[in-house]
Amino acid sequence: MSGKTATREAYGRALAELGGYNKRVVVLDADLSKSTKTADFARVFPERFFNMGVAEQNLIGTAAGLAAAGKIPFASTFAVFATGRAFDQIRNSVAYAGLNVKIAATHAGVTVGEDGGSHQSVEDIAVMRSLPNLTVFVPADEAETFGAVRAAAEIDGPVYIRLGRAGVPPVHGQGFRFVPGKAVIIREGRDAAIIATGIMVAAALKAASALAGEGIEARVVSMHTIKPLDVEAVLSAARETGALVTAEEHSVIGGLGGAVCEAVCQLYPVPVKRVGLPDVFGESGKPEELLEKFGLTPSGIADAVRGAVKMKKAGI
Amino acid sequence: MESKEIRMLRERANEIRKDIIRMLGSAGSGHPGGSLSAADIVAALYFKVLRIDPRDPRRPDRDRFILSKGHAAPVLYAALAQRGYFPREELGTLRRLGSRLQGHPDMKKLPGVEMSTGSLGQGLSVANGMALAGKLDGMDYRVYVLLGDGEIQEGQVWEAAMAAAHYGLDNLTAFLDHNGMQIDGPVAEVMSPEPVSDKWRAFGWDVQVIDGHDMAQILGALERASAVKGKPQMIVAETVKGKGVSFMENQVGWHGVAPKPEEAERALAELEGLCLRPGLEGEGDGR
Repeated sequence: MSGKTATREAYGRALAELGGYNKRVVVLDADLSKSTKTADFARVFPERFFNMGVAEQNLIGTAAGLAAAGKIPFASTFAVFATGRAFDQIRNSVAYAGLNVKIAATHAGVTVGEDGGSHQSVEDIAVMRSLPNLTVFVPADEAETFGAVRAAAEIDGPVYIRLGRAGVPPVHGQGFRFVPGKAVIIREGRDAAIIATGIMVAAALKAASALAGEGIEARVVSMHTIKPLDVEAVLSAARETGALVTAEEHSVIGGLGGAVCEAVCQLYPVPVKRVGLPDVFGESGKPEELLEKFGLTPSGIADAVRGAVKMKKAGI
Repeated sequence: MESKEIRMLRERANEIRKDIIRMLGSAGSGHPGGSLSAADIVAALYFKVLRIDPRDPRRPDRDRFILSKGHAAPVLYAALAQRGYFPREELGTLRRLGSRLQGHPDMKKLPGVEMSTGSLGQGLSVANGMALAGKLDGMDYRVYVLLGDGEIQEGQVWEAAMAAAHYGLDNLTAFLDHNGMQIDGPVAEVMSPEPVSDKWRAFGWDVQVIDGHDMAQILGALERASAVKGKPQMIVAETVKGKGVSFMENQVGWHGVAPKPEEAERALAELEGLCLRPGLEGEGDGR
């Protein structure tokens, strides 16, 4: 297995590559370009990079204006500021107006680490997913990030891309192709299915390996597109395994877990266990300590799978 | 002696005011005060200054106008209809289910609307983006934006004011519809933004102060603004909320209440009296 790469690092490189062949692409940041990695783009295309200073509302509004004039703006800052501070601008100036703005937000989730709960976005998937017109990508690794960035530029409409600070191992093999709205089965299994997104996909793979030792074969699905949700992939997982676990570095409310539950409740009810933050804010600590604390780990996922399988057997 | 052009634009503003009253009377809700206060500015832009083509509303080199104070939608709709973007009869559908004339402007529905607005304080940022794009593409279009004096209480406006000066957006001209009233009362009492001219100047803008109902002053300020280099321009337009209808003028109560049928008739009769040449037709001759 090759080394770890943070999805924000992959974003910086993908963006610089995209800028080379798509001259409509412009990039905006709010004084965090070294952290969000938009500095990689700014270095090669300084004339198409705009630092808006610490002013997220104006960041998103300006991106909307650039989009209205035919540009493909990527606007970046931390997820907590992009979707919190500038929510109304995303709602009204971007999503309601249907403008072609790409919001690529980094430092999502608790792996922000030491900066603490004020900076750890645990609700951004939920709020972005609730907006009409918006596509929501949560890439799991470098390959998915490159795919998400390229796809975002192709989509004519607003896109939210959620990226992380901490390094993650690759979860896909050589032949992987990112198709928006199309989940990827990266491990087969019939006893349960783990539907994971973002950094939790790698953890889900480890959980599935551990469970195999106990005779539980768990399917692992990478759900890189939260919206539009690949309902077909969710339903086939429900039909074929009868027990689902969702895993995300986000609140259990309204994110991937919420989306999967909404789908199966209406179409094919099966037991679902959600791995995520239990309706709490994060706190300061090392990323791995925080993941451990909130059970966002292979063992936390494995426990949830055992619980879901038990419910299935009990006919709940 | 006023020129033929100024006379034409004054008459046009009066026609726009009449449409505002008709639309709001028929809709039964909406915002007359801030629509009437902006009618002269909007008439000058749509019938003299803006380089636009209603037959090709999306042409890339067009000038852009953003109504940041989106609740004044009727003034924009009246101008767009009279300029030929859509049939004038459609004005009667304002705020009705299925209408392209939403309560606040919706760019996805109505040709000629450059930006969906309504949540206050967002239009200037969008204008900045359009102006930046124009510079990036080496295009000579200009971007105009109309702000309300209550609206500039929004913090985002000042983020955008800072950015426009920082990026030297001299292809951007803003109007402040300084009518002194907002929903809860006089702006100065609710939350004073004064001194507005000093504030915009301190943020790095070229600032002019004019009588926002004097057509010659509006045109003169616009011409002067377009010659400014290296700075965005603010035209502080001193206006009267409800201008043109005696019982609406300077009345806070007419911010967001539509006239009843008999009130609409009285208002129209007053505006008819102001009209110098009824039944005026024809278009502005562009810039």
